[in-house]
Amino acid sequence: MSVIYLLISISIVVAAVFLYIFIRAVKSGQFDDDYTPSVRMLFDDELKKESKQIRTQIEKQN
Amino acid sequence: MNAQNCFHCGNDIVKADEIIFDEKLFCCSGCKTVYEIFSLNDLTCYYDFENAPGATPQDIKGKYDFLDNEDIVSKLLEFQEDTTHIVSLYIPHIHCSSCIWILENLHKLQKGIASSQVNFHEKKVRITFNPNETNLKDIVLMMSSIGYEPYISLENYETKKQSVDRSLYYKIGVAFFCFGNIMLLSFPEYFEVGEFWIEQYKGFFRWLIFALSLPAFFYSAWGYYVSAWKSIKSRMLNIDIPIALGIVVMFVRSTVDIAFDYGQGFFDSMCGLIFFMLLGKLFQQKTYNFLSFERDYKSYFPIAVTKINSDGTEEAIQVYDVEKGNRLLIRNQELIPVDGILMSEKTMIDYSFVTGEEVPIEKKSGDKIFAGGKQLGKVVEMEVLHSVSQSYLTQLWSNDVFQKRVDQKYKTITDTISRYFTPALLALAFISFGYWIFIDVTTAFNVFTAILIVACPCALALTAPFTLGNVLRIVGSRKLYLKNATVIEQLAKVNTIVFDKTGTITTNKKTSITYEGTELTDAELKLLKNTLRGSNHPLSRRLYDYIPNQEKGETTRFEEIIGKGIFAEIDGCTVKIGSSQFLQHMSENTHKKTKVHIEINGVYKGSYVFNNQYRQGLEQLFENLSKKYNLVVLSGDNDGERKILEKMLPKNTTLVFNQKPEQKLAFIENLQKEGKNVMMIGDGLNDAGALAQSNIGISISENVNVFSPACDGILDASQFSKIGFFMRYSKDAMNIIMMSFGLSLLYNVVGLSYAVSGNLSPIVAAIIMPLSTVTIVSFVTIMSNAFARK
Repeated sequence: MSVIYLLISISIVVAAVFLYIFIRAVKSGQFDDDYTPSVRMLFDDELKKESKQIRTQIEKQN
Repeated sequence: MNAQNCFHCGNDIVKADEIIFDEKLFCCSGCKTVYEIFSLNDLTCYYDFENAPGATPQDIKGKYDFLDNEDIVSKLLEFQEDTTHIVSLYIPHIHCSSCIWILENLHKLQKGIASSQVNFHEKKVRITFNPNETNLKDIVLMMSSIGYEPYISLENYETKKQSVDRSLYYKIGVAFFCFGNIMLLSFPEYFEVGEFWIEQYKGFFRWLIFALSLPAFFYSAWGYYVSAWKSIKSRMLNIDIPIALGIVVMFVRSTVDIAFDYGQGFFDSMCGLIFFMLLGKLFQQKTYNFLSFERDYKSYFPIAVTKINSDGTEEAIQVYDVEKGNRLLIRNQELIPVDGILMSEKTMIDYSFVTGEEVPIEKKSGDKIFAGGKQLGKVVEMEVLHSVSQSYLTQLWSNDVFQKRVDQKYKTITDTISRYFTPALLALAFISFGYWIFIDVTTAFNVFTAILIVACPCALALTAPFTLGNVLRIVGSRKLYLKNATVIEQLAKVNTIVFDKTGTITTNKKTSITYEGTELTDAELKLLKNTLRGSNHPLSRRLYDYIPNQEKGETTRFEEIIGKGIFAEIDGCTVKIGSSQFLQHMSENTHKKTKVHIEINGVYKGSYVFNNQYRQGLEQLFENLSKKYNLVVLSGDNDGERKILEKMLPKNTTLVFNQKPEQKLAFIENLQKEGKNVMMIGDGLNDAGALAQSNIGISISENVNVFSPACDGILDASQFSKIGFFMRYSKDAMNIIMMSFGLSLLYNVVGLSYAVSGNLSPIVAAIIMPLSTVTIVSFVTIMSNAFARK
């Protein structure tokens, strides 16, 4: 058997895996709201900065 | 940031009310309190993302008492279990990243909230909380106290969770998977015809391609077969017939080709076609999630009212449970949910949203009051005459127009074209078949199928979705939000425009005020402003805003006689403000104008006249529109403004006054019977019937997030003067579509010349099909953008 069968089968399987991932992403609602997550991911840093400030304040008090 | 603006909400600061806290300026104590709450909880980051993102919290005393009622709460909850409750609240104020941030940090402000997640497009926040530690009422009150008051209406009570339809995404995903793989697998045969290598593996490649095309053929394209079948049944010959025919013929012929080893088939073109057409569908599907075009009175009505039991106790009950004979308590600014009789002595009711009448109406004890009015003044009691479903306002919704609307179908421009295209195509296919059958039977079949394949109106079918989708986006960015793409086609066909008066060509916001009488000194203005400060009457508020800022004086006596006026003693002077009746000063008969009379220290000074303020650019707009359209102004108001309007508007404008909601509806119906395509532009509930009846109803709104009646489009009030542009642009869009139809027919002619002569090879199809698609899509996109800039 030629290697071409194997290679093409692999390539199709890889593509099918991507299709499956795409469908699962759609199903979980990832494409319903395309704005909020993009903003949300920027927030964590701000929160940490805030808590650090508090911590330093506490340290100063100590 | 401007130093004169409030740090929290960004409004201008009135010097007298300025509050300085933590070295920051605030316009009122409400804003300061919100800042205090945030700074106490280490949430001042809120102000880092956006300048002055907040809203002033409103006074909500007693408004949410109905959330104590378990039945109502359980209807609002999305999910309910012992320790977990989930609720989705609509918050109109959500507008920036600061809003997202603070709303997703609600758990820091209130114990018991596990998490909260914002959906920005829908302006909704989904809160998960533990009912043992907190409850919905506390959460709502807390959110209101930080300026994010949720909007809870009767609509929330009924709507069930809607399942989102994502099948188009799946179909596109599958089609792209098939298209991409088939394309790659087709290449070897395109480029290595007749070579040894390809001869050896041809069968494997072809059957693999065949297998890959099955999902696209059966799953992704299924919608086209269904639609084609439906249109054949209703004898409407829409564009989906040649599409479905093309796809099926392509599939069958390709299968025959590879089964009998005639060639490699057209599977790649077929999957590409399906993929591109589904993409066009997606592009056309621009939705504004935060707007609702199907709203009726339900989103305007409160979910619950306060009922007074016979033993004097108050109880919050669901609006639908209100029965005849019940006694209800209506607070200031609350909506009257049902028809009834006023039991308290006096009140003012603002019917502006129902009738279009701008000035509040005074009602005395025993008067009939109708649902939909807003109560202004002290707390009143009323006795119920009809239940909600039988009230006057809700009865309007039982009119047929609200039912038949759903199945009203427009013939789109594409369908109109395909009425000629489809028969012509079939005729050509059969004629060629008839010609070739005498020469060679195999070629005859080849030519027949090739014609149907190459003429499959992919480019034709893509033109409208891409043009209209793009136009929809462009007008959306200019604050005209249309329900769907067909509205643009309808807009282009309009020849009569009907305007509502109050709230549409006039603005509710800025009423211009003029003063008539003896000039007032600064000291007198100061007295006036101080008197008005204590009053909540709408005219007092407007006049208060109109008079320039003054120092505060000491009020020793203040009395507001509802429906008449105010009497006050300030710094030893007496001030009387109110109706001419109240001042016992009978001036000339001016009842058609709204006036507030002033008397200081017993001397009559004069009166403030409240004129209707027409929207900016109104005259120009009517001037321009009158050249191309029949214009009508339809008003629920009296004809007090007739003279001014006649002077201001072009001569051929029809003016109709004193129209009740159902008369407006009938008026539109009559115009349509005369064969006119009517566009109605209105605002309030009183226009709802007319908006639904007209070919296109556009609702105009100062704040698009707040209620607007069922309509085809929502126009932001600031864009009123641009209506002319939108009308012209919709016509341009139609022209673009026609030009692009011409272009795509050109491609069809080229393709057909191959097909008729029996020379259509898979590679020609594979080149022509994407090429035409790309040309058409870029052509319409460039053209529609260019026309928008004009």
